[in-house]
Amino acid sequence: MKLILKIWRQENANSVGKIVSYEIDEISPDMSFLEMLDVLNEELMLKGIDPIAFDHDCREGICGSCSMFINGQAHGPDRYITTCQLHMRKFKDGDTIYIEPFRAKTFPVIKDLVVDRTAFDRIQHAGGYISVNTSGNTQDANTIPIEKANADQAFDAATCIGCGACVATCKNSSAMLYVSAKVSQFALLPQGKVEATDRVINMVKQMDEEGFGNCTNTGACEIECPKAISLDNIARMNRELVKAKFKK
Amino acid sequence: MGIKLGSSIIRKVAMALSGLFLIIFLTQHFIINITSVFNKNIFNMLSHFMGNNFIIQFIFQPILIFGVIFHFVMGFILEWQNRNARSTNYQVYDNSSNSSWVSRNMIISGIVVLSFLALHFYDFWIPEIKYKYIESLPANPDRYYPELIHKFKDPIKVIIYCVSFVFLSLHLLHGFASSFRSLGANSKFYYSINLFTIVYSIFIPLGFCFIALYHLLISNVTH
Repeated sequence: MKLILKIWRQENANSVGKIVSYEIDEISPDMSFLEMLDVLNEELMLKGIDPIAFDHDCREGICGSCSMFINGQAHGPDRYITTCQLHMRKFKDGDTIYIEPFRAKTFPVIKDLVVDRTAFDRIQHAGGYISVNTSGNTQDANTIPIEKANADQAFDAATCIGCGACVATCKNSSAMLYVSAKVSQFALLPQGKVEATDRVINMVKQMDEEGFGNCTNTGACEIECPKAISLDNIARMNRELVKAKFKK
Repeated sequence: MGIKLGSSIIRKVAMALSGLFLIIFLTQHFIINITSVFNKNIFNMLSHFMGNNFIIQFIFQPILIFGVIFHFVMGFILEWQNRNARSTNYQVYDNSSNSSWVSRNMIISGIVVLSFLALHFYDFWIPEIKYKYIESLPANPDRYYPELIHKFKDPIKVIIYCVSFVFLSLHLLHGFASSFRSLGANSKFYYSINLFTIVYSIFIPLGFCFIALYHLLISNVTH
């Protein structure tokens, strides 16, 4: 396959970025998208050009670091995958592919396609955990009966990998899907109920302080989420927050 | 209890509640207006009651005006915040692949509906206030139907009204179901909510269009 790649190049957080065009040839349809970028980077380095910086780690859809906006869609033109799971067979010979970083004021570009997503970490630190001393004196979780429907929904919410596709794709750059998944995975389980009130208040407060936009229920985040995190989680978080505000 | 509008979710819930309140008002407005097609006496009686009842005039009407102002002011504030949340736009942004036009453009349909409201106030509400409270003219329970007919004689105005109702329909198509989501409705109700939203959002604006067109045609045929 021969492709024209239009890639966002930005030296660092303070410089002004721009789209730079590259031509690449002999790309196998069986390559992953990241492998295609590896090939491009090898070519660039041989020419003495600074390679394109992009985040990647596991390359099997778990770590959530390979975040790119490809042809106008988070993680590219496929559903329920991360960029590393996207294959070049989704494109045609001669295609022009636009590759941009995830864009949000809360996700500033560090370099090229790498963005700073530590806003998510700060939200998680605000309450996305259970404060139990686990040093050998806790009850085995398996001895606590949990309704299967709740266990399944909690597990589904816990599959969120925090890639940021929801923020990147939302027209408002809202982080509601991410935060609601983190709130839901605990809210549905007895272990999480003890701190549920403080958790939802603190995590939503941190989300607002970071400067994410408001959710307008367009549903784009749910469609683009590689783990198919449901909008039901946002509805649950809304209920949890209103309940918590009445309690506090 | 610390319910304040500082939280993005509380703002979202407040938008949903004000929207649902306006939908309730829209429904009663439609019920009264549609009677003008079938029986002018009933229309006159209901309009006279709405225009002269103390509770409606001095309790519900101020609440309604507050609801309208709150809904659009909050809508503009949220839109401004949302636009500010992304400093650099994408070169290519294929948002039509994952969301509907109506859900992404509530501000556009909202501005059209707001402009229509301004025209509607100019046409009906301001003359009504002038009649009752400025000129203090005597109560006339039979004046409402002729006034309505007079307003809908102008085809340009009827066209503007009908176009506005199309945008009202678009606004409702997303806003009605979305408000239930904002209020935390469980997904098992979504099918029914979405179905009801579609039926309501098409039926009510279409009904308003029908009323306007009916009176335009009747007034031009009879005169």
